[in-house]
Amino acid sequence: MVTDSSSPDAKMRTRDVSVFYGAKQAVDSVSIDIHSEYVTAFIGPSGCGKSTFLRALNRMNDTIPSARVEGCIELDGEDIYRSSMDVVQLRARVGMVFQKPNPFPKSIYENIAYGPRIHGLAEGKQELDAIVEKSLRRAGLWDEVKDRLSDSGTALSGGQQQRLCIARAIAVQPEVILMDEPCSALDPIATARIEELIDELRGRYAIVIVTHSMQQAARVSQRTAFFHLGKMVEYGHTSDIFTNPREERTKDYITGRYG
Amino acid sequence: MSEVATTRTPAFEARLKKRYAAERRFRLAGLGAILFSVAVLVFLLGTMTFNGIGGFQRATLSVPVDFDQVGLSLPPGVSDTGAVSRALEGQGLPDLVQFSVERALGKQAAAELNSDAWRLVAEQVAEDPALLQGTHTFDLPVTENFASALAGDGHAELQPLARQLAAQEKLERSFDAGFLTRSDATDPQQVGIWGALKGSILTMIVTLALAFPIGVLAALYLEEYAPRNRWTDLIEVSINNLAAVPSIIFGLLGLALFLGVFPHMRSAPLIGGMTLALMTMPVIVIAGRNAIKAVPPSIRDGAMALGASPVQVVFHHVLPLALPGILTGTIIGMARALGETAPLLMIGMRAFVATPPDGFTNPATVLPVQIFLWSDEIDRGFVERTSAAIIVLLLFLLLMNGVAIYLRNKFEKKW
Repeated sequence: MVTDSSSPDAKMRTRDVSVFYGAKQAVDSVSIDIHSEYVTAFIGPSGCGKSTFLRALNRMNDTIPSARVEGCIELDGEDIYRSSMDVVQLRARVGMVFQKPNPFPKSIYENIAYGPRIHGLAEGKQELDAIVEKSLRRAGLWDEVKDRLSDSGTALSGGQQQRLCIARAIAVQPEVILMDEPCSALDPIATARIEELIDELRGRYAIVIVTHSMQQAARVSQRTAFFHLGKMVEYGHTSDIFTNPREERTKDYITGRYG
Repeated sequence: MSEVATTRTPAFEARLKKRYAAERRFRLAGLGAILFSVAVLVFLLGTMTFNGIGGFQRATLSVPVDFDQVGLSLPPGVSDTGAVSRALEGQGLPDLVQFSVERALGKQAAAELNSDAWRLVAEQVAEDPALLQGTHTFDLPVTENFASALAGDGHAELQPLARQLAAQEKLERSFDAGFLTRSDATDPQQVGIWGALKGSILTMIVTLALAFPIGVLAALYLEEYAPRNRWTDLIEVSINNLAAVPSIIFGLLGLALFLGVFPHMRSAPLIGGMTLALMTMPVIVIAGRNAIKAVPPSIRDGAMALGASPVQVVFHHVLPLALPGILTGTIIGMARALGETAPLLMIGMRAFVATPPDGFTNPATVLPVQIFLWSDEIDRGFVERTSAAIIVLLLFLLLMNGVAIYLRNKFEKKW
């Protein structure tokens, strides 16, 4: 284990987290600390449990009836799986961006305004307008859509849709943003745009990104965790993982021996 | 490379030809099916319109009535049609009308005047009391036999007179606006469709008000909240079976259940609507569940990840997206309910109801039952009236479908 993975100021902290789908174990005793100031990347071959683990961080696995989570996941020192945790509030604090852009079939404005509205974050139309503009600006989408906020969000291009989804997540002012392979459905140019955006958002939110692309992990993240067969093999500074991995399996994966 | 590629051999090209031929055959078969359906529909609508158009007309005698010779007057403060009719009847209006016909067109024609003809005069007087001064010409209905004679259909002894009066333009068939405002009667010259139409409207309102919310809520619960286990499987199978139960069984259920609880509401639209709601609900549940299933899970995930509560996910995202599909299912169910006769016969909606229902608990009949009753009548005049009633039923159905399509498009555009 890397030394700074157990620093006391971690935003999220997991201890021996295992996730089961029925009898099948998808994630096996993962302990990791996620910091606000870094982008943390989860890499690993398909089916290694990295997405499942990510979905455990804001309890999206609750929607799968057979899923079961063991171990301890803390957000600011509070166990998110304790019975008194409000899952609605948790998801407002820990936002998520999905693999496939999934804007609501509403207008661009409504897509952004939906979250603040259900949480009562804005008093009146003007404040809501301000939140929408700020979120779209942060997501780097404002200049492209400011003249057509009433157009449907689904009419945008794939890359724009994904930035819309990021803006939508930002609009509820989360503390952590989980991204589940956000660029896997996008072309290289749109991918580059999203990566720039992630870089701009770094420091404001704790960002966790699951990715298939090792180059992407190397480009956007400061911390990288390598998953294999449900276990977290290695976690540390991104530069160390890619240039000087300590585990043989990490080295084999990074050099393209398998995966 | 002297060998020809496999995709360029004669055998391959022969197979290719066969594939295209199969596609052509399939297209022709599909086109044939469409043409056949269209032809059947055109034939159906054509015969209906051809037969039914006469049902909207009736034979009337053009008769001048001289009110001054008897001096009828309305009691002060009477304006209601029923009261006016009673007052004028007491003062001898029926005799005056009879006499006017006799004087203008002869004794034989007067004998063929519809016995209720004076009521038409009374109705017009009720609308305009000034008519009681001077001489005015009224178009008065004739007897059923005379109307048949005019159509050249039986009653040979009356046909010469009918032809003679028609030649003088004293007897003619004209559009009968009253058909749309009157109710059932024993005389086909006097029947109207309004009572049955209003009964149908009231019944449909009850059906929709019960079946739509219950059906949608059941579909939402089963899809979004219910755990998947043996019990929900059982409920699903039961609902699917319920949709396939013959409608008369629902009538028996309504008879035993609803009329058992409200015995004095026999023939009421409320009971009819409740019975039809039982029948419509499973259709809405099945259509609703399919529509809800078709909402992409990514939308649910997206909303949930923003911190929407389950009920917000359902009402803000799932339901609006599923609504067009639910509406389609609803309109199919409602169209079936509108055309349903058997269950309503069981709960007494086949009674002879000569006045339109005033509310949900008044005795009423509905369009399909009215059609069924008229088709059973012996008088020839009812044949045309039956076709006319069918046209009204089809138009009502068309209107309902039109509203549903409008609503569906509206909801689809909004998203």
